[in-house]
Amino acid sequence: MAANLTLLTTNLTTIFANQIVSLDNMLGELTLVVRDIDMLEVLTRLRDDPDLRFEQMIDLCGVDYCTYGGEICEGGAYLKSDIAPDAYSSRFAVVYHLLSLTHNIRLRVRVFAEDDDLPILSSVVNIWSCANWYEREAFDLYGIVFTDHPDLRRLLTDYGFVGNPFRKDFPLSGHVEMRYDSEQQRVIYQPVSIEPRELVPRIIREEHYGGLK
Amino acid sequence: MAEIKNYTMNFGPQHPSAHGVLRLVLELDGEVIERADPHIGLLHRATEKLAEHKTYLQSLPYMDRLDYVSMMCNEHAYVMAIEKLLALEVPVRAQYIRVMFDEITRIMNHLLWLGAHALDIGAMTVFLYAFREREDLMDVYEAVSGARLHAAYYRPGGVYRDLPDSMPLYQASKIHNAKAVKKMNENREGSLLDFMEDFTNRFPICVDEYETLLTDNRIWKQRTVGIGVVTPERALALGFSGPMLRGSGIVWDLRKKQPYEVYNRLDFDIPVGVEGDCYDRYLVRVEEMRQSNRIIKQCISWLRQNPGPVIVNNFKVAPPKRESMKQNMEELIHHFKLFTEGMHIPSGEAYAAVEHPKGEFGIYIISDGANKPYRLKIRAPGFAHIAALDEMARGHMIADVVAIIGTQDIVFGEVDR
Repeated sequence: MAANLTLLTTNLTTIFANQIVSLDNMLGELTLVVRDIDMLEVLTRLRDDPDLRFEQMIDLCGVDYCTYGGEICEGGAYLKSDIAPDAYSSRFAVVYHLLSLTHNIRLRVRVFAEDDDLPILSSVVNIWSCANWYEREAFDLYGIVFTDHPDLRRLLTDYGFVGNPFRKDFPLSGHVEMRYDSEQQRVIYQPVSIEPRELVPRIIREEHYGGLK
Repeated sequence: MAEIKNYTMNFGPQHPSAHGVLRLVLELDGEVIERADPHIGLLHRATEKLAEHKTYLQSLPYMDRLDYVSMMCNEHAYVMAIEKLLALEVPVRAQYIRVMFDEITRIMNHLLWLGAHALDIGAMTVFLYAFREREDLMDVYEAVSGARLHAAYYRPGGVYRDLPDSMPLYQASKIHNAKAVKKMNENREGSLLDFMEDFTNRFPICVDEYETLLTDNRIWKQRTVGIGVVTPERALALGFSGPMLRGSGIVWDLRKKQPYEVYNRLDFDIPVGVEGDCYDRYLVRVEEMRQSNRIIKQCISWLRQNPGPVIVNNFKVAPPKRESMKQNMEELIHHFKLFTEGMHIPSGEAYAAVEHPKGEFGIYIISDGANKPYRLKIRAPGFAHIAALDEMARGHMIADVVAIIGTQDIVFGEVDR
């Protein structure tokens, strides 16, 4: 596997010489970061190039980096502490996990969306058909818009749901709760009555805390 | 000429062959499907979001509840991702125990799948036979973890405890007198490994029984052969994995191709289909049960000969022994810190995948160094499969949709997460 990774690293650096933002090998996994304008070209090449041949997109997920390294919890949502370093320039990213059956190797590709208020990325449905639902999920949970997606509807949340529940500023308890109202004889929505609470505080210790590697 | 009318039909979410809470909106031309639009999310519990607010150990039982018919395999991917980030070396005995329970889980999953799939298509008996063996395996779960389904047995760094020396026994009751109970308890007198050995000896004959009922059954073949055909190219593009991919003739199994734990020391074969239809996937899964049985046998003989620790001796990750916790201050502190603050995982990201009974089940963790994951993504095999339902069902009859849902082995706990 290690030899494969070195070979893949060389191949990637030669093929995408000026399109790579970063290429890291961490814990035996390669992570490639590319700009959103290059993503379609790079991903198509990743699938088709005989040296790469990533035939399968195993996973696609949205990530909200806005509180990365933060500890403060307010109203059930974590806020970024002032001390925490601004690790990532953009708030939203989409992470693709690719698998090459030919070369038996995996690759992680991360693309950041430039605009924090309206994150837009290109859809990869035309490259891997299975991206269809994964992109709908990311759109539903994070509000990331995928251009040229054939059918960008909500997928997991309720019909008529408002908001993007996996964003870090969305409280864990949500905004509305549902119950049956016997007077109106129907199911109604009302603001949540749950008090935001945190059982175990989120803590970041210094590196090698307590002798941990 | 008669007037032709297209119907839009709602299927589910409370349909018995929807395998849970699947709502399908079917556009029909007569009885032929023109478009199938699955509506999922009725079982969405936001497991990934919940995990962001819980310590690593607290989220572990949530993994059982993802694919609730193959519980321990879900846990396996989760603990593997944590172990990868912590660079933990798991004791070999724990690895064997995990592999054995992964395969027990695979058999449990395939038994439920087989019973439910056959029931959907109209064969009642298989369900009863399949649950007879499934019961024994759930007893094994119970013996080792105390729970018949949601085990929470795997832990980062190993497994919760070593295999027990005794099996739970049946008690005499109104229905079974002492003599009958004695007979039922015959194979439960020894340890868990004795019971499993007895199981592996009789299980191949049980699989033969299922096959007698189905494999050459004319109705079964009429309902499955040529239904839901997926070409190898499409199977790849649609993100299929596991038996769905192998049924289409692609030789791909993570246990062989990217071996984890001790799979590279075990001897087993990977069955592969030819046509890519429901019947081939049925054959693949039945053969997988036989292969799992082989793996379990090898694990049992290894585990008998090699006693040893089953969890790492690192108190930052695994709790100290209860005995020493009661006597030593330091162990007490470790215990308290581990179960209140939880373990800290160095910042970074890792993806760990296992060959789950349904396909590739992966856990992607992004950590920023806190005691809770920053982002946890669950890659569920069923999600990609149900997304392809539209493509697989087009041009088929309504009754075939049921066969296709059955062959995909859908469980909504993992699809909706």
